[in-house]
Amino acid sequence: MRYGKYRFIASFLVVPLALYVVFVVSPYVQAFTISLTDWRGFSPDREFVGLANYAELLGDGRFWQAMGHNGIMLLVVPAVTIAIALFLATMTTLAGRRGTVARGGVRGSRFYQVVFFFPHVVPLVIAGVLFGFFYNPEAGLLNGLLRVAGFEWLTRAWLGDPSTALTAVMAVLIWGAVGFYYVVFSAAMKTLPTDVFEAAVLDGAGRLRTFRHITLPMITDSIQTSYIYLGILVLDGFALLQVMLPDGGPDGSTEVVAQYLYRSAFTDGRFGYASAIGVTLCLVTLVLAVVVLRLGRRERVEY
Amino acid sequence: MAVETRVRPVAPDEPERPARGGDRTLNAFSHGFLVLWAVLVVVPLLWAVLTAFKSDREIFTNPWGLPSTWHVENFVRAWTTANIGRYFLNSAVVVCAAVVLVMLLGAMVAYVLARYEFPGRGAIYYTFVAGMTFPIFLALVPLFFVVQNLGMLGTYHGLVLVYTAYALPFTVFFLTSFFRTLPGALVEAAMLDGCSHAGAFFRIMLPLARPGMISVGILNFLGLWNQFLLPLVLMPDSDRYVLSQGLAVLAANQGYRSDWSALFAGLVIALLPVVAVYVAFQRRIQDGLNVGALK
Repeated sequence: MRYGKYRFIASFLVVPLALYVVFVVSPYVQAFTISLTDWRGFSPDREFVGLANYAELLGDGRFWQAMGHNGIMLLVVPAVTIAIALFLATMTTLAGRRGTVARGGVRGSRFYQVVFFFPHVVPLVIAGVLFGFFYNPEAGLLNGLLRVAGFEWLTRAWLGDPSTALTAVMAVLIWGAVGFYYVVFSAAMKTLPTDVFEAAVLDGAGRLRTFRHITLPMITDSIQTSYIYLGILVLDGFALLQVMLPDGGPDGSTEVVAQYLYRSAFTDGRFGYASAIGVTLCLVTLVLAVVVLRLGRRERVEY
Repeated sequence: MAVETRVRPVAPDEPERPARGGDRTLNAFSHGFLVLWAVLVVVPLLWAVLTAFKSDREIFTNPWGLPSTWHVENFVRAWTTANIGRYFLNSAVVVCAAVVLVMLLGAMVAYVLARYEFPGRGAIYYTFVAGMTFPIFLALVPLFFVVQNLGMLGTYHGLVLVYTAYALPFTVFFLTSFFRTLPGALVEAAMLDGCSHAGAFFRIMLPLARPGMISVGILNFLGLWNQFLLPLVLMPDSDRYVLSQGLAVLAANQGYRSDWSALFAGLVIALLPVVAVYVAFQRRIQDGLNVGALK
């Protein structure tokens, strides 16, 4: 019986584990070792160069420019996405009938839920192509609407102008991301105990006050996790940018690190260097996650 | 006491007028915002669908009106001339195969991890969970060479295996917690009646796990249908492009060989399976997220 059990366990684990180790675990491990070589790929010889790739990375202006774009996106996209998602979630789950119970959403909450979530399932590539044309200077919907509304002077080549290209792309990222976090926050808010809200209403707290002092502290955990997930999304951001601004945008004004990594590896053939970029980006992600978790820990509220 | 009153502007015995008046403005404002966001979500998509039915000239002369005549042939041209049909089938084959495989393998791993005690269980579980947190682009360069050395570069089965491997962490994580919630008494009874371990899994637990399997399967389908980075690196052969790749190339080529109407028709075709899945399983997808994503 015991022997049969272990044979059964092994037989169920061996194929998936083998697949996972070959295609996922081993590449991740190899990334670290390759980053310490000057490997250019197609020849078998690779020289161990220690941390030379990382040293070069420190002085690489293009890398830092890309890192800067990731930094801007990291500040803007999660903050705006979470703000919009929180607002929408509050309105549809907590903003209902006033007076006795401040729970339950406005009318039509169900409808909003279906609509808001939809962009999350739209493939990023499709969103990229769609919004690439949305920003098109002649035929794009955005300039078309601006002309009709009488804001002719505002029209421009949104993606061709270095001053607006990054913002235009961030808007699409936000457009696509809000729905998911909206659902997450709605779910979190639905689990909150009602009596706290009843007490707040009895004490005459308005909606803004209820939100700031009751809802917000109680869903800090969800917000924190969301911030990390959004950070990872932004640090990648590859698919969308590669479709909307394939060459890193006007004057490289929107190139992000993932694009630079891809170019270093598969255009320039510098696989060692590209792996060093990957490792660095991964470390940044980890640091970001730790920082966010640390910052939030103090504010946790038990209920 | 005075301080106390200032903190609470409305005393319990007073009517709640001030708060209510403020709330009413807020109410109008927030309703407006809900509608605005709904419009922002729907309009670009609606616009894409309308554009797909216009002629190339009309796209530029009349960007935001209804098409004067509905050019259904755009879709035919997209499907055949622009190769969207081929890309669509490539995507369908690869994604469906990968989803079936990952659900089978993922369920097997999750079941064993959830139901059996054995040395190394924790280590295996956390190895899988860790795979969810690392970004794919870190593995990109070595993965390319792993696949190349196996002779699977540019093949369907190579991409299916890679998709499966990268979908495993999420699947295992989610299904393990799901299998833990299922009652074990049925399995014990079956085993007493002489059912084998594997038999108990396939005949009893797998059917019981159907709700969880469907949720995870849908999320895997959506995730893999959207995948862009992996095929971009692992599918260099343009005959075997998946849909997201094909669309990206088509869009990039618009500069000098513009057939915008076919491109938009292609977009709509690519969106159809996603919309179909979303409409059919909308509630299940959101429930699945609530349980799986951020717990």
